[in-house]
Amino acid sequence: MSNAVKLPIRLILLGFFAVVIQESAVSQVSIFGVSADLTPLVVMSIGLLCGSLTGAVFGFATGLMIDLILVQTLGVTSLLYIVIGYWAGRLHELRDPSHELVPLVVGAMAAAFAGLGMAVIQFLLGVDAPVSLLLLQQIFVVVLVDTLLALPVYALVRRIVRPVLPEDPRRRRRRAYTTGGLSPLQQGAARRTTFTRPKPL
Amino acid sequence: MLALLVAVSLILLTAYFGETPSSPLHNVQRGVVEVLSPVEQGASKVLAPVRSVAGWFSSTFHAKTQVKQLQQQVARLTNEYAQAKGALLQNRQLTAELHLDDSLNLNSYRPVTAQVILRDPTLWYQTISVDKGTDDGVGLHDPVIGDGALVGEVTEVSATASFVTLITDHTLSVTARVLDANGDTGELVPAVGNPDELVLQYLQPPNPGQVQNGPQQGQLVVTAGFKSGPLESYFPANIPIGNVLPVDENQLLNNGTIQVAPQANLRSVDVVQILTKPQPGTERAQVP
Repeated sequence: MSNAVKLPIRLILLGFFAVVIQESAVSQVSIFGVSADLTPLVVMSIGLLCGSLTGAVFGFATGLMIDLILVQTLGVTSLLYIVIGYWAGRLHELRDPSHELVPLVVGAMAAAFAGLGMAVIQFLLGVDAPVSLLLLQQIFVVVLVDTLLALPVYALVRRIVRPVLPEDPRRRRRRAYTTGGLSPLQQGAARRTTFTRPKPL
Repeated sequence: MLALLVAVSLILLTAYFGETPSSPLHNVQRGVVEVLSPVEQGASKVLAPVRSVAGWFSSTFHAKTQVKQLQQQVARLTNEYAQAKGALLQNRQLTAELHLDDSLNLNSYRPVTAQVILRDPTLWYQTISVDKGTDDGVGLHDPVIGDGALVGEVTEVSATASFVTLITDHTLSVTARVLDANGDTGELVPAVGNPDELVLQYLQPPNPGQVQNGPQQGQLVVTAGFKSGPLESYFPANIPIGNVLPVDENQLLNNGTIQVAPQANLRSVDVVQILTKPQPGTERAQVP
């Protein structure tokens, strides 16, 4: 089976299990009085790894599934997750950030966008009850908890998706530059003994 | 492609928002719930140990802070129990003598115990899903209790699962009564964003000189339960909901509102009881 078929299958399974595990287990565990929300982190990770279009489609599908199984207003979560997936994907396509802490920052921003975006949409749809200022504090704590979980979630998603991802030419070029043109697998033994970093231009 | 996805989301949102509960989109949603509920129940059982371990840590940290508070509560409740026992006996006698309508009595409901299988993590939709549905006699708008207090109301039901909207959801309001000298009654709504607080509004403000007869901190708030011709409250009377928080006199006198702390721990409730009402024709006759 080719990677072009394997990737969508893995994404469908990942989205399904992420939603089920989130709603069945993670959301029932209270941390600092709130529940972590892993789904925007998974969408963000897919955007960062697969690009904007895949990120947006994955975000839409995941959001729609959440709205369906939780009997919420259809379209609200999918609308927010499209933006998260697309935005993370664009970051990958335009900047291709390679720093290890990028998922942490992007995860925090994704969680903040999901929390604040949901609040804005709910206000637009109409709220029949008084709104406490503690809402902002709760959103902040959720963002904090999600930020702490962003790196492990990203690492797990990368482990699942990376083997079937098409080779990115920019990544290949970068690897050629840092390793002297050879794959690290090919020159592993040589690197351990006499590795010399190329001089900066 | 992106524009198409956004457009589909907006169309779904607009269509769903304006639809009635029996509309096609709602039916699709119910169908998905019906199909996925066995998977959710299975996942909930498989992941129960993970929840238990995490819950154990959370409960242990929380328990120490609760000990003193609970000791005071036990002392107060013991006193109130003795008074309530006497009042109950008197109430039974008077009800029998006056032939009052007993259909809203809590005893006329059949409790069905259900396990929580899903929980909505967002701050806006305070809903849970439980593993009992119409096959077990659960009906729409049945009241749900947990930790000995009102938790919410069944708002979606399928054959094997139900969705319960919690009292902290902004779409739910309950007619509630404070067990004070006046028996003040109002509408209980959530304070959105604060799951530990509810707002009892539309109370009759007490006269400025008789504030002590009005709601006081710690007093119990229960469901009011009313029946007026064809109109009937979904909730039977006297289900505990919570306790009055410190009363702001200005707020009470000017706006007729007080704050209430829910008695049930809505973030960690795992097992609930759905109070199902016997269907007409299913009651058994009983010879006195």
